[in-house]
Amino acid sequence: MEQSIMIAGFGGQGVQTLGKLLAYVANESGLQVTFYPSYGAEMRGGTSNCTVVISDSEIAAPYRSSVDCVAVLNAPSYTAFGGAVKDGGTLIVNSNLIEGAQERAGRRLVNLPLNDLAAEAGSPLTLNVILLGFLAQYVDGLSPEAAERVVRQRLGKRADLLEMNLKAFARGAELAQELTA
Amino acid sequence: MELTYGKELNKALFNHDSGFCPGCMHPLINKILGEVLTENGYLENTVMVMPIGCGCNTIRYMDVDMVRGLHGRAGAVATGFKRVRPDKVVITYQGDGDAAAIGGLETFYAANRGEAFTAIMVNNQIFGMTGGQMSPCTLVGQQTTTGERLAQHMGYPVHCAEMIAQLPAVGFCGRFSVHTPKHVLQTKAAIKKAIELQMNEGKYSFIEILSACPVNWHIKPEDGPKVIEERVLPEFPLGVLRDCTKEA
Amino acid sequence: MSKKETLSEGKRQILSGNTALAEAAVRAGCKFYAGYPITPQTAITEYLSERMAETGGVFVQAESEVAAINMVLGASAAGARAMTATSCQGLSLMAEGMSSLAAGRIPGVIVDVQRGGAGTGAILPSQCDYSFVTRSLGHGGLHAYVFGPSTVQEIVDVTGRAFDIADEYRTPVLILTDGVLGLMMEAVTLPEFKEDIPDREWKIEGREGLRPKMMTGDNVKPPIAQENRLRDIFVPMYEEWEQDPLYEEVETEDAELIIAAWGSVARVAKTALKELREEGYRVGMIRPISLYPFPTQAFRSLDPAKVKNIVVAEHALPPQLMFDVDHAVQGRIPLTSCTHSSGVLLSPDEIADACRKLL
Repeated sequence: MEQSIMIAGFGGQGVQTLGKLLAYVANESGLQVTFYPSYGAEMRGGTSNCTVVISDSEIAAPYRSSVDCVAVLNAPSYTAFGGAVKDGGTLIVNSNLIEGAQERAGRRLVNLPLNDLAAEAGSPLTLNVILLGFLAQYVDGLSPEAAERVVRQRLGKRADLLEMNLKAFARGAELAQELTA
Repeated sequence: MELTYGKELNKALFNHDSGFCPGCMHPLINKILGEVLTENGYLENTVMVMPIGCGCNTIRYMDVDMVRGLHGRAGAVATGFKRVRPDKVVITYQGDGDAAAIGGLETFYAANRGEAFTAIMVNNQIFGMTGGQMSPCTLVGQQTTTGERLAQHMGYPVHCAEMIAQLPAVGFCGRFSVHTPKHVLQTKAAIKKAIELQMNEGKYSFIEILSACPVNWHIKPEDGPKVIEERVLPEFPLGVLRDCTKEA
Repeated sequence: MSKKETLSEGKRQILSGNTALAEAAVRAGCKFYAGYPITPQTAITEYLSERMAETGGVFVQAESEVAAINMVLGASAAGARAMTATSCQGLSLMAEGMSSLAAGRIPGVIVDVQRGGAGTGAILPSQCDYSFVTRSLGHGGLHAYVFGPSTVQEIVDVTGRAFDIADEYRTPVLILTDGVLGLMMEAVTLPEFKEDIPDREWKIEGREGLRPKMMTGDNVKPPIAQENRLRDIFVPMYEEWEQDPLYEEVETEDAELIIAAWGSVARVAKTALKELREEGYRVGMIRPISLYPFPTQAFRSLDPAKVKNIVVAEHALPPQLMFDVDHAVQGRIPLTSCTHSSGVLLSPDEIADACRKLL
């Protein structure tokens, strides 16, 4: 069973970090994984995207023309990649920055007010951690426990920040649980 | 002509004739470099990085371990070598075409990093081996096979020693000559000092040495020293330009 | 935190191709690295700027790629396992130095994390240096052994082999990756540090005991001596390599169509192949792992009665891999080129479609 996830947003939303964290989580969950970042000439700003492929067997192509799950974090990303979801897949949109995302047959639309959620969690910088919590719970095969270990390992340099990140992570997971319940 | 110079005094030279042209000063520079290596007991520990150009005829003349560099690249090759073997005496030996034209960047940055080797640049103001083309150090008004040096098109002779002397990481730098016995002794002392600074303090040195190229200057071999005195020295004054042992 | 602390021994860990390559080089005994920044190679240089010092090696940020390759030459002549890494434009600048390494029989590992296009080109991935590195190494017609790995684990594996081959044959070895493989991350297991690296008896270190002079790259020899050196040393060496090229065959036994692809494109082709097989098409793949020596025989031995088409998929326009495949099959099987270039990437769907049209 192979699942591909694309994350897209603007520079500074933590798109690449989230992709890498997902890859660590998949590895910790005992799965095969590839992470492929797009890259450009700009050091800051601009749009940014990455693709994570997770599988229980060997992964060949690290990027696809359509994927199982797309998470778009700003409007230009929605325009560019909103249509890249396979039939039966999921489109996650940051509803704070993307208005009027269209329901479409054969695709599940998940609206998450990620900017508001991040503000509630204590910092705009937790936006990607909330999404990590969500995806770790939502994507089949990923282990939420492994994901929490990754958060502690990779985001645990400062105790106060770790506490905030763990809270954000738990909030994301909770939203996914509500959705799948 | 049989080389009568004693092998025991200069173990760094092969005991056969030089392949250099009459009046060329490379053999003399080879000889004093060999003397320094012999007298200071460095020979068994020395590696020379060789150029492309007339200077590479030194390969046939000097009995020293060598790494062959490409045209202009000795500064980079010596950097790699010396970083791996800081215990070795490393000497680059290049002409002004090699070190200042095509290898200008490698020469400059090795100096700027203060790599612990000794750079010798023989400045004869011409591309010798290829037959007398304009080089970075060609004098204004000098005739070459690629034309007369006109300042409005080619600028002025490049003063390598002065440029390199500005770099704080450089240990010892100056311009020397071998056109009289007095100057030969001064040059030998400079080479000795540079190598000692390299081995004792890990310092980079740049030794620019003026040479004549009678064939491509279109003069008689014996007139080289006179022409250096009259035409070259006014453009390229001699002297020590940086000496870290004399700094506060 | 030092690089040492972030790496765990003997465990599968997620690393980028660039980081994995750099660490594999360190573990293969690389003691000298010189590099100059260029996207998408730069991460190798950044990583080694810290890591070489931690492992008793030397790092130099060179003033240019020209300088970097010549620093490698000097360091290697001094006896150290040495490496440099760059991307396409930088490799052009290293051409003269690579030729000099080959001619001087000085080992060295050169990494090319390919980006797009000619001239300034693009910074996105491509495979546009294939012909450049496989036809000959700069001027003079000599060769390097050239690896074209396809996964991060394979990058690690061939990096270790690259240093061994470089020493064994006294030759430059190239590793060609690209912006996909360099930046993508996947799980790898790193090898142990290599211990018993043989000393180079030919290294240059001064005439100890006033033994006869030694030097590298002596070409002040009569033409016939130089020619004999080519005939006696280089030609047999290349012939020996050609006896044993590295390649992977995927489901070729019953295949009616073969995909030829290398490096990152071969991964994409593998996904296409899987889809096509699920649809019932008999498709196989031959993937060169050594680009020079090329697995000519693997293609030449294909039976035209069974294999009706070969699709050559690559990120190069005009095609480059195409010519080696063409030379191998000698017109007996029709070839179809499936390419993108300049950072536009082939998708699994595109390769699958190109195949479907022929099946």
